[in-house]
Amino acid sequence: MTQKITIEPVTRVEGHGKVTIHLDDKLNVAQTRLHIVEFRGFERFVQGRPYWEAPVLVQRLCGICPVSHHLAAAKALDVIVGAGTGDGLTPTGEKMRRLMHYGQIFQSHALHFFHLSSPDFLLGYDADPAIRNVIGVAMNYPELATQGVMMRKFGQEIISHTAGKKIHGTGAIPGGINKNLTAEERDILLKGEDPLNADKMIEWAEGALEFFKDYYLKNREFVDGFAYFPSNHLSLVRKDGAMDLYHGVLRAINSNGEKILNDVDYQDYYKYIEEEVRNWSYMKFPYLKSLGKDDGWYRVGPLARVNCCDFIPTPKAQKQFEEFRAHTNGKPNNFCLHTHWARLIELLHSAEVIKDLLQDPDLLKDDLVVKGNKTDEGVGLIEAPRGTLFHHYKINDNDQITMANLIVSTTNNNEPMNQSVNFVAKNMMSGQKEITEPMKNAVEVAIRAYDPCLSCATHALGKMPLDIKLVSSDGKELDHYRS
Amino acid sequence: MSEKVKFTIDGKEYEGEKGRLLVDVAAENGVYIPVLCHWKDVKPAGSCRICTVKVNDRYMTACTTPIDANMTVENKTPELEDIRKAIVEMLFVEGNHFCPACEKSGDCDLQALGYLYQMMVPRFPYAFERRELDAKSPKIFLEKNRCIFCKRCIRMIKDDKGRSFFAFKGRGKHLEITIDEKLAANISEELAQEAMKICPVGAILRKEVGFSTPIGQRKYDKVPIGSDIEVLQK
Ligand code: SF4
Ligand code: FES
Repeated sequence: MTQKITIEPVTRVEGHGKVTIHLDDKLNVAQTRLHIVEFRGFERFVQGRPYWEAPVLVQRLCGICPVSHHLAAAKALDVIVGAGTGDGLTPTGEKMRRLMHYGQIFQSHALHFFHLSSPDFLLGYDADPAIRNVIGVAMNYPELATQGVMMRKFGQEIISHTAGKKIHGTGAIPGGINKNLTAEERDILLKGEDPLNADKMIEWAEGALEFFKDYYLKNREFVDGFAYFPSNHLSLVRKDGAMDLYHGVLRAINSNGEKILNDVDYQDYYKYIEEEVRNWSYMKFPYLKSLGKDDGWYRVGPLARVNCCDFIPTPKAQKQFEEFRAHTNGKPNNFCLHTHWARLIELLHSAEVIKDLLQDPDLLKDDLVVKGNKTDEGVGLIEAPRGTLFHHYKINDNDQITMANLIVSTTNNNEPMNQSVNFVAKNMMSGQKEITEPMKNAVEVAIRAYDPCLSCATHALGKMPLDIKLVSSDGKELDHYRS
Repeated sequence: MSEKVKFTIDGKEYEGEKGRLLVDVAAENGVYIPVLCHWKDVKPAGSCRICTVKVNDRYMTACTTPIDANMTVENKTPELEDIRKAIVEMLFVEGNHFCPACEKSGDCDLQALGYLYQMMVPRFPYAFERRELDAKSPKIFLEKNRCIFCKRCIRMIKDDKGRSFFAFKGRGKHLEITIDEKLAANISEELAQEAMKICPVGAILRKEVGFSTPIGQRKYDKVPIGSDIEVLQK
């Protein structure tokens, strides 16, 4: 008799996800699937819209990382208005966008670590879910909870000063930006009253890293043993191999660190990447064409980025990067939960970049937009908090969008998330007849490591109903758990 | 010599030239009467009805009513404010207005009136009328979903021979704004920008310049609509 265990919805991730675990006759896990059952349809309804509307329209996909969509779309349109592919903007245009982007990475990573993941680290993966949430953290570790809130606030302030408002701004326009930074705005961010200034953010980001490493030392066996599997990794890197979250060339490596996509121009991404549709999920499965469907899937996001780049161009993050890389002897790190570690290195890197940018006089200059010869097609890639984000548009002679293709970070991570869940399920559920709390949690923890935006829509955190069903092959309900 | 007459608005006495439009005289005296179709010195259309006031206890549109001696005008009363709010709601449900991605957001008179009258959920059902876009002209993008049929463009945007670039087509619920393709092919930069400016909503857009005004610097980001008139109050 085969059994099916369903976990839905998954908590502390953005949006809805449902997990089905199929057991075979001997109660071994036969197959695990993460279903994405939401459908957004943005690619269809931007058709016909004027192209300059895309950065503002498409960012409505998401309330957590709208800036990434805003900028990826703007970068694609830079190409269309003849402003080059990432290097053609004015210094003010490019640096304002970078500031916006690193502010976004900073706030999103802070949100993820402090609000979504820290409950697991601080209170234990097997703690009662009633207290294992951000409220539990606030009650038991008020200082850390405050840091989380303030770091997020700082990132949001940066977005507000660059995009016009904290969520769904309008800063990036085709060919540049619609505002510069005033000296006053710069000073607020650079030298604001404690804790809301760049130096404090760097200090706190370092603190968060130390906190994680300390946790890791004490729980090494658990962290390393949790959903380890080799994979390919893909990200943008700067032309010289440095980590760059705003712009670069596309690189992919295999689990041994060999380059399988050698720093190519992302305008040609479709030559290298294809998407597969599977009938049980609305989310597609991208893969590298050269390796095929079975072997060509890859991870994106913090872990992939730290694996793909050769170095990090800010000193404090670079030191952390060296330590991280030494841990796996310079080889790619394939430990799923080390994604948190990588994310915190990026948090620190973002804080350093923000400070450097704020000291740059270019931000205050007036030359905001460039335009050249218009073309009818453009691709914009960016490293969003959750990984590489692809925007691709075509327009007609009347300036209307005729085609849009978006590959969002979570889609890129579709197969890895499925792999992780499968790994956990195999380890913890095989031979089990009942759904236990740690089993449920483990599945969620695996998904959460990717910080997925399953619907690119937000929900109240912490208290989302959990529904697990144990169903036999003849459709009978054997066990049903509801939180 | 033009004759001066005295009249009252909401109990306060004002003076103005007999025969001039109530809405203009009120504005010059710091009294804001909302308008959508009216534009000073352009022949009034009286089509939107948002300027509805009570003159000697009768409903009138302030943009078509000349002032006269002994007129008693009611303007800012709860009854009239609710009528205006209802008109704003009707305009919202009648077209397809999605402010979040509209580049006129923050500069839009209809949106600003929605805020002024604290419109939440319209009391009328949405029509969800399907309307086409017209993107064919080289400088102007016509977003018919947002047109509120104020006729400003038809009355004001004309070539040097006096021909209108814009016209209405159809009747009733099939009424739509159109642009003359041949004329529009040669519309001047100035006139294209003027058309976008005078359109009270985001129906007429100058192509390729979207979202160039940052949030915070748009017309109604800091002060509600009508504030520029009310500061003139003596
Ligand atoms: S397009 Fe604009 S100006 Fe012309 S009638 Fe419609 S709303 Fe009025
Ligand atoms: S402003 Fe008077 S009817 Fe439109």
